[in-house]
Formats: sequence, C-alpha cells, structure tokens
Amino acid sequence: MQSHILSIILFTPLVGALALLFVPKENKNAIRWIANLFAFGGFLISLPLVPMFWAQRFEPGFKFLEGTPNNWIPSIGAGYNLGIDGISFLLIMLTTLLGWISILSSWTAIENRVKEYYVWFLVLQTGMLGVFMALDFFLFFVFWEAMLVPMYLLIGIWGGPRKLYAAIKFFLYTLLGSVLMLLGILYLYFHHHTVSNPQVFTFSIPELYKTAPLIPFNIAIWLFVAFFIGFAIKVPMFPFHTWLPDAHVEAPTAGSVILAGVLLKMGTYGFVRFSLPFFPSVVSHPRVQNWVIVLSLIGIIYGALVSLMQKDMKKLVAYSSVSHLGFCTLGIFALNSAGLTGSVLQQINHGISTGALFLIVGILYERRHTREIAEYGGISNVMPIYATITMIMFLSSMGLPLLNGFVGEFTILQGAFTANWKWAAWAAPGVVLAAAYLLWLYQRVFFGTVTNAKNEKLHDLTPREILTFVPLIIMALWIGLYPKPFFQILEQPVNQIVQNIHDKSNANAAVNAQVAPVPGPTAAAEIGSDEVGSNLVVSKPGLTAARLKASN
Amino acid sequence: MLPMVELTIFALGILLIDLMVPQGWKWINALGAFVGVLFSAVCVWQIQSMLPARGLLGFYNSLLVDRFAIYFWYLFLAGAAISILASVHYLDVENEHHGEYYSLLLLSVVGMMCMAAGIDIVLIFIGLELMAISTYVLVGFLRRDRRSNEAALKYLLLGAFSSGIFAYGLSLFYGIAGSTNLGIIARAVSAQSPHNPVVVIALLTTMVGLLFKIAAVPFHQWAPDAYEGAPTSITGFMSVAVKAAAWAMLFRILLFGLWPLRSVYVPVIVIVAIATMTGANFAALTQTNTKRLLAYSSIAHVGYMLLAFVAMGTSQLGSAAFLDGFKGILIYLLVYTFMNLGAFAVITSLRQRNVIGDELDDMAGLYKRAPVEATLMLLFLLSLAGIPPAAGFLGKYYIFLSLIESGHYGLASLGVLYSLFGLYYYLKIANAMLMRAPMETGRLPVSIGMRCAVGVAALATIVIGVYPEPFIRSVNWSLGIVQSPHVAAVLK
Repeated sequence: MQSHILSIILFTPLVGALALLFVPKENKNAIRWIANLFAFGGFLISLPLVPMFWAQRFEPGFKFLEGTPNNWIPSIGAGYNLGIDGISFLLIMLTTLLGWISILSSWTAIENRVKEYYVWFLVLQTGMLGVFMALDFFLFFVFWEAMLVPMYLLIGIWGGPRKLYAAIKFFLYTLLGSVLMLLGILYLYFHHHTVSNPQVFTFSIPELYKTAPLIPFNIAIWLFVAFFIGFAIKVPMFPFHTWLPDAHVEAPTAGSVILAGVLLKMGTYGFVRFSLPFFPSVVSHPRVQNWVIVLSLIGIIYGALVSLMQKDMKKLVAYSSVSHLGFCTLGIFALNSAGLTGSVLQQINHGISTGALFLIVGILYERRHTREIAEYGGISNVMPIYATITMIMFLSSMGLPLLNGFVGEFTILQGAFTANWKWAAWAAPGVVLAAAYLLWLYQRVFFGTVTNAKNEKLHDLTPREILTFVPLIIMALWIGLYPKPFFQILEQPVNQIVQNIHDKSNANAAVNAQVAPVPGPTAAAEIGSDEVGSNLVVSKPGLTAARLKASN
Repeated sequence: MLPMVELTIFALGILLIDLMVPQGWKWINALGAFVGVLFSAVCVWQIQSMLPARGLLGFYNSLLVDRFAIYFWYLFLAGAAISILASVHYLDVENEHHGEYYSLLLLSVVGMMCMAAGIDIVLIFIGLELMAISTYVLVGFLRRDRRSNEAALKYLLLGAFSSGIFAYGLSLFYGIAGSTNLGIIARAVSAQSPHNPVVVIALLTTMVGLLFKIAAVPFHQWAPDAYEGAPTSITGFMSVAVKAAAWAMLFRILLFGLWPLRSVYVPVIVIVAIATMTGANFAALTQTNTKRLLAYSSIAHVGYMLLAFVAMGTSQLGSAAFLDGFKGILIYLLVYTFMNLGAFAVITSLRQRNVIGDELDDMAGLYKRAPVEATLMLLFLLSLAGIPPAAGFLGKYYIFLSLIESGHYGLASLGVLYSLFGLYYYLKIANAMLMRAPMETGRLPVSIGMRCAVGVAALATIVIGVYPEPFIRSVNWSLGIVQSPHVAAVLK
C-alpha cells in the first residue's frame, strides 16, 4: 500500500487555486479566506509528515515513494515518481510554512486583481513543492519551468514601478539556465540508454544516479557546466546574481518572501541533488572545486559589501541573500558532511530569517510606501512590538549564537575549515559584515528620536501581522537552541552523498593508480591541514590520489 | 481518395448554396464547410480502420495512402475546422462574408491531402498548386483592404516564381529517372553519383521550392507580408495547415525520393536552419504588429524543425536519433497547429467594427476586457515559447533529444539559446495583455464560434502537454513504429 501523502501535500494548493476560480472576483474577502484556508490547510497537511519521517530518518534511500517508473509517459520513459529524503523533507516543510505565511501576509497588501493573485500564488506553491518531491527528471523539469510562470506574473502584475523589466529579466535569466540544463538532462537520458543493460530510456533519477558517474571526465565537465549555470543562476552565485536585486525590489512582499525563502533554494537543492551525485569526478576535481569556492567567497564578501552601501532596505536584504547563499554553496562544495549539513541547514535558516526580513520591510512599506532608509528613524518609539521582532530576526540573520543562523554558519565554516582553512578564513568576514550592515540598518531605522513627522502616527503590528512572525520566531529559536533533530534528519542523506563522491573518486583513482602509482610522501603533503576533525578520513588517500591524477 | 472527393463536393455545394443564402445568414456556409470537414474526417477514419500496414497504392501508383498520410490528413482537417470556427464572426465584421471563402478553404485542404499522400511528382505538384492558388485568393480576400491586396500580389508573384523553379527541378529528376514516380526516382538517383552536376542542380532547385513553401530563410520574404495582410483567420490557417502540408511534401520528396542524396542536401539544410533561426528571431524582436511578430516566430519554429531534420539526415535510417527527429517534427506540427491557431484566433477576435486590432498596442489590457481569452492567450504564448507543461515543450523536447542523440551539441546549444529570444518576444505580448492598462474600456465581445475555436485549441494544448502519451503513440503509429525500439525494453 503506497502512501499518498506527498501527492496530497503537492496538490492541495492547486486544488485551492481551482476552487478560487469559481468565486466571483468582486468578493475579495471570500477569496482571501479561501486562499488562506488552503494555504494553512496545506501547511497542516504537511505536519503529519514530520512524525512519519522522523520514525524512519536513519533509513537509507528515498522515502514515501509514489508511482512506478514510466507510469506517466511510457513512450519516453517518464514517470510520476515522488519521494523525499531528509534534505527535501526540510525544504518541503519550509515551503509549506512560508507559503502559508506569505499568503497570510498579503491580506491587506494586495488590493487589485486579488483573485488572480491568490490563484497564481497557490499554483506557484504546487510548482515549488513539485520541484522538491520529483524523483523523475522529466517531472522535475516540468515543475522547475512551470513554476517560473506564476513568479513572473507575481512580479510583473503586482510589482513596483520597474516591474515589467524585472519580470522579464527574471524569466529570461532563469530560463537561460534551465534550457542549458535541459540539454544536460537529455544527454544523461541518452547516456543511460547507451550504457545500461538492457538498453533503457528512463528519466528516473535513482536510475540515472547509477549511470551518470560513468560519463568520462572530459564530457562530464561540460555537463557539469550546463547544470552549474542553471543552478548558479537560481542560487544566485556571484556573476549570475544581477537578476536578483531587480526581481526582489520590484516583487510584492509575499513574492519576495517566497523568492528568497524557497526559489533560491532550488539552485542549492539542485547542486546537492544532482551536481554532486551525478558528477563526482568533476566536483571533486580540485580546480573545479576551487573555482566554485572562489565564486562563493566572492559572493559572500561582495554581497555583504554591497548590502552595506544600500539606501533601499529591500535591496539591502536582497544583496544580503547573495552573501548568505554564498555560505550555502561554500558548504556544499566543501564536499564533506559538516559543510553539506551546515549548508542545508543554512538554507532553511535563510528561508526563515530572510523571509522574515522581507516581511519586516513589507510591513513598513505598506504603512509608508517607501523603503528609503533615510525616511525613517526612531521607529522603535512608535512601533515597539515591531522593533522587538525585527531585532530577533536581525540577530538570527546575522548568526548570533542561540539563534538559528549561528548553527548553520558555524557548521558550514567548520566544514570549510576541515577542507581548507583558507576558505574558512575568507568566509568569516562575511559574518562580521552581516552584523555590520544589519545592525547599522537597525540603528538608522529604529534608534533615536522620530526624525520624520510622517512616522509619528504609524500604528504597531496587528494581530494578523504578529501571527505571521510567530512560527518563524519559534523555528529560529528551535534551530538555535536544539538543532540536534535537524542534524539527525540530515545525517543519512548527507553522508550518503559524501560517501558516494569519495567512493567514485576512489574508483577513478584506483584505475589511475595502476597506470601511474602515486608517490606516498606527495600524497601526505597534499593532505596538509585537511586532516583536522574530518569525518572522511576513511576515503582520504583515495581522494588525494584522485586530486593528483586530475592535476596531472 | 474518398475524403478529397467528399471535400470537393462540399466545396462546390457551398458555392451553389451561397447564391440562395441572404446576407445575414452566411454562417450557413460556415456550417456547411464544418460539416464537410467532419464528414471528411469520418471518411479518413474509415480508411484508417481498414488500412494495411504498408498502406494502399492508388491511381497508377501516384497516390500512397499510408499512416503518414493519414496523420497529416487529420492535421489538415483539424486546422481547417478551427479556422472555420474562428472565421465566421470575423468575416461579418470585415463585411466580406462570402461562400467562396469556405469553398476555397476546403479546396486548399484537398490540395494539401494530395501533397501528403502523393508519391508521384505530378500529383504532388498539382496538389501544391491547388493549395497555393486557393491560398493566394484567400490572402487577398479582403478586396477593399489595401494591405490584403498587396499581400496577395506579393505572395502570388513570389509563389508562382518559386513554383516555377520547383517544377524545373522536378523536371530534371524526370529526365534522370524517366518516370515521375518518387520510388523510381529514388532508385535512379542512387545509381547516379551524388556529385553529378545535373543531380545537384535538380536537387537544389527542388529544395528552393520546398524551402520557399515552409518559409525558411532566405526564402521567407513573402511570409511576414502575406501573414500581415491576409485576413487574420487565414493567417492562422496558413501558418499551420499550409505549413504542415509543405512539410509533408518535403518529407515525401527528400526522405522517400531523394534520401540517397542526403550527403548533398544536409549541409545546405544546416546552413538554412541556422540562418532561419537567426534571421527570424532577430527580426521578431523589433516587431510591433502582432501578426507580423507571430509570422517571424513561425519562421523561427521552422528553423527548429529543420534542426531535427538535420539530426535525421545525419543518422542511420531507423536509428533512435532518426526516429526521434521524425517524431519531433510530426509532434511539433501537431502541437503547433493548436497553439498557433489558438493565438491567431485570439488576435482575430480583437478585430471589431472600428478596430483593426493587430498592433501590439491593441493587446494592451486585454486581461481587463476579456479575461478568459487573455489567460488562454498566455497559455498559447508559453506553449510557443516551449515552457512545460504546455504542449510546445514536447516538440522542443524531441527536437533537442534527436540533436543530442546524433551528437550535434553545437546546434542544440544554438537552438536553446534562440528559444530565449522566442520567450522575450512572446513575453512582450503577454506583458501588454496582462500588465498594461487597456486603451479602451468595455468588454470585448467574443462570438460563440470563436470561443469554441479558442477553447478547443487551449484544451488540446494543455492535454497534449500534460498527458502526451496517446499523441506520441499516434505519431509512432503513423511512422509505422509499434513502439520506439528503446521503449520496448522499458515496457518489457
């Protein structure tokens, strides 16, 4: 008996969107109630997944599998296959939570074309959940691209003054990445057919896991690049990030929350789910690894420095995302379990805290219709509850101990340090800069006396607005104080991915070793400072051999 | 032959009935034409059910009714049916509601059917001319409209010229083979060296004719003008059915007849495909007239399909790359029929008493004036841009798959990059529709026929996109593949 919980979670928002189509568009409150009902329902329905998943958190492989291979389009070998592991489980929970919060936060912010707004938002929700659940590449790609459409509309219709530009830029940029990825997917699909016995065409991701690492290095590097561009644009990593500030600044508040909270995670999720297992020989190649790490480090420092200079609050938060996501990619490409665990956890943290930051900016914007920092000052006098919540979320975002950001960043830095202490040394200033731009922002907006007369009459948070923050604060405290459950959930999938990379590199190295034996002393020297506290001592010599082989 | 005879009878019947129908009742002609198309489809279905696997030969081996032909026949009939639905109200508004319109439409379908089923160059040419002459007249059907007249004249002159060159090429093949039958020509050509100058000249002149008909760069000049000037309902019809017929003819001639010469024509097609994608996509970026924009976009789509043809031409007959390329083009034509007709139907509905409605500005704020049509237009545009789950993605999927399978990574990358251009100009229309304020207020009146046309096209676009299995199977069937060889392994 299959469990259909994933399908139920996946399609609840879509059902809501269809239900909304039958409500007359003049009846705005009914539309709001129904949309919130389905969004909250979607979150509630996903809650039973928690104990169910918890019970089997250490079991290997994907869980809650649905569908048989090729059951959707047998002619091309595509199936409606769903399944999750610890990584996608956390991201799914984040998505259902943020989806509900964003829809709740839009109650008063959206006044025109209300019906369409909620319909598209719920469609978007289904698209995002599908990306994290799909175990079939064809299905994954459908969700991955289909989800762009509602986001494009959310930015383009309900966005700010430069919405048309931002919407088209967002769509074109992300589509550029995904069409290159499509070619990569098609190659993997075709390659699977050539090497599998009997010859089979299939898009099933677990099947492709078996054959993709067999692709020779000189082709795999190109495939890696095709996938990398797709994911790096989504994350966004340093040279591909220019769409992000535009999209964020123009998007409506809830759109920004989802964009930062969930959409960006699809890029990092792609790295973890596809790039690492498909191309182990490429990602563990020291030059490739170095390049990606350098881009991540540039992203961390550059994003933070640019944030420091912003006059617009929302732009500041947008650039801070570039910096925070730099940490995530750093953790992923450290290629050890500490880095990877920290990265996934930091993705959740970023969703929680940056989502909250966008809500915070949105609340002020809704009251004053400006996001210029210079317009504000002394807000803590008129809006004390708001100021308190903001402080908590700022502290969480900058990585203060006892709050969630600290746990994630610390684990990532630990992983980076294990791999190469210089990486950690370069990343650490990012934490300091984050404190700088956030605290400076806080000082300018909240402290002092009310300088602008327009700010004197601002009313504090309504109960609905407080409600949007409560779950986020609870989660921030929970991850900050007691992150152990999260680490346990991530343990199995992360170890499997890391183990897989090192096994595959070992295999390659073993083949290579027969041709050119690696001299022992050099191998020892190469390891250098990597030794400290690594979980991967087992596979170290092999890894080093692989590096040597690659550098030859 | 039955469906063609039946369509011809209806075409002539409409001319007679038209004399008796008063001005306000001209929709009876449309009804007649629609019933004719339905009857014809039933005939095709009957033939299909009794068809042997190898097909039926007829008329002294000039006509081969095989599954390939049947597939295209259905396609033409579907295109004609949707166009008829979209025409009724439009012609009333244009004040040009005459029975000849439907009659010519049906006759052009007869021509197309001959093109798809012909394996004799004389029959193919007659079919081509029947289709072409009917369309020349239809393009110029708005007698009082200067643009329509201009378009018809240009189309006629260029079309006649290209037909002449085409006929010249075919006559050379007749000279080489001593027969007009494509099978015999294929045998004669394979005996010749592919570098024999006569063969090369014959091939190149024939290809000029074929490439002109599918509107590939550099033989595309007629298309934007003809598409812009023609009655909008005819523009949609031309861009799908006429183009599909030209592709059917291209397959018959280049694959069935001239396959031995593929080492000569594939390099030419590579260049033409690249030129087509480049020229059309760049030209489309700057258009402000929606009909012209979609004209260039349809040229760009020809470029993608030519890519698949390159993949076919460079791989073994019957290999996975060959079959996927072939399936790609057939599915693309099927999908394109619905999504493009849908898009043109929406543009057609913008034509009102005092508005021409084919400028991008006329699209502004369409969402406010006709929410359903605007949303469906968005679906068609996304499908044209190849975004899943709309059907357009499926065609793109097969085309790029065939390119990957045949090792054309460069061409595949070029193709996907150009699809970004496509997205940009389709989004221009979407932006105008959904995000700009309307130029005029008031709801857009949409006739029932139009609603049916748009609805059917949208339904097909979404169904083919979400559950393509039966459609892939029908394409497999039409190519005589029980299942693709690789999938046989999947299904065990």
